[in-house]
Amino acid sequence: MTTTAATRVRRVPGGRYGLAQAARMEWIKLRSLRSTWWTLAVTVAGTIAIGLGVGLSSRNASADVTNNALAGVVPGLLLTGVLGVLTMTSEYSCGSVRVTLAAIPRRPLLLAAKAAVFGAVTLVIGEAASFLAFLAAAATLRHGIAAPALSQPGVLRAVVLSGAAFCLIGLLGLGLGAIIRHSAAAVGVLVAGVYVAAMAIGVAAHSVAAYMPILILENSLSTTRPVTCGSSAASCPHFFSAWAELGVLGLYAVIALAAGGWLLARRDA
Amino acid sequence: MIEAQGLTKRYGPTVAVDALSFDVRPGSVTGFLGPNGSGKSTTMRLILGLDRPDAGQARVGGRRYRELRWPLREVGAMLEARAFHPGRSPRSHLAALAAGNAIPRARVDEVLDMAGLAGAARRRAGKFSLGMGQRLGVAAALLGDPAVLLLDEPVNGLDPEGVRWIRNLLKSLAAQGRTVLVSSHLISEMALTAERLVVIGRGRLLADTTVAELSAGSASLEDAFIRLTSEAVEYRGSKTPEATS
Repeated sequence: MTTTAATRVRRVPGGRYGLAQAARMEWIKLRSLRSTWWTLAVTVAGTIAIGLGVGLSSRNASADVTNNALAGVVPGLLLTGVLGVLTMTSEYSCGSVRVTLAAIPRRPLLLAAKAAVFGAVTLVIGEAASFLAFLAAAATLRHGIAAPALSQPGVLRAVVLSGAAFCLIGLLGLGLGAIIRHSAAAVGVLVAGVYVAAMAIGVAAHSVAAYMPILILENSLSTTRPVTCGSSAASCPHFFSAWAELGVLGLYAVIALAAGGWLLARRDA
Repeated sequence: MIEAQGLTKRYGPTVAVDALSFDVRPGSVTGFLGPNGSGKSTTMRLILGLDRPDAGQARVGGRRYRELRWPLREVGAMLEARAFHPGRSPRSHLAALAAGNAIPRARVDEVLDMAGLAGAARRRAGKFSLGMGQRLGVAAALLGDPAVLLLDEPVNGLDPEGVRWIRNLLKSLAAQGRTVLVSSHLISEMALTAERLVVIGRGRLLADTTVAELSAGSASLEDAFIRLTSEAVEYRGSKTPEATS
């Protein structure tokens, strides 16, 4: 056996590794795991299935049908969030993080590459899930309810922003994974924090409801008109515009990723 | 060339590596020896920039690891077997690393072939035995055809054919002028493979010498090693079973 490299590895290219190389590496890693595709397939299928259910069972013509059609986005987000966590924490649980960092020693660059690849994949998957769920509900509406169209005011915006939420919650999970490093603990924080605690706080205290991720989705991103509750409008929590609420979600993802990157660069691997 | 200068690493109150300085030169296999817990693996992590030293620094080819332009093309390392995702195939694992340092894709199949894994290239690596995991780790270290290699316990779990393969591989890599640092606690294997030795105990340098020098005056390299490290052994079994009367 010979150890000489037949392939011209020795002809070292100029420059230095950068985001492009790190992103290609992360893309191969993400796509080469069967669990990635299973999780994403279940995310899309589940979101569509709930949309179908909404279409078939809707009887209230005055309801915000678009908002209802996108009800499956809430559980769907949980899956991309958990996948984001695992994309980071599985590197620690199997020890591959040391191999990864040997290839890409600039750690903030590595996390940026992971975020770019994972964010792009979950944006595409999220938009597909959101659009297909909307179309499934619109196609199956019965009981004389008029199907909403993407050309109606606020409908396209609701569908697009709900799809983007998959990406932002996924990136929040990725950042939490980088901060916490242990799969079970990080998934716990994501579920207990983002879903349970934030939702409970927002429901109990209307003044902060506009900052709670799932409430943002249900009451702002996926709606075509302001949510009403009961008879008095004053008892309703106030939400910002859908785009501003998307910014709030984006800010959470950025904060988690920045904290994760800062810790990744400082801690021993 | 690997240079460690005053490397010090503490974990809480424990001093894992204590003002450790040594050079590893190209052209020969350097064995990195020490009792369990003596700081060999920590030292390797410090060289690779995975852990941050509390004092001192390590350089590879004159630069700190984090400053390398294409790290895998300059340094190949295997720190632990099974440092790969169990759901990924060896080919995907190596293809990802190759992409990270712009290494031609054809090199992946080449190193799989060299490591004897060509037939298992598409299997899930989680099903691998310890020995096959080691082979994949060595394949990853060779991927970038690097001038410097660091291998932590590479013969662990390998079958006799694999042990011989590693021995001949390391010798031929060194003969090509590469720098090869290989840790082991198998003294007999080091006697066959290495020319030079760096011996540490409790994180301190005990000897920076050659196999011939260290074993001179002792019955075997093993005797010489045990005498050298007798003061620095942290974990020791009871010497011989007490005779029950």
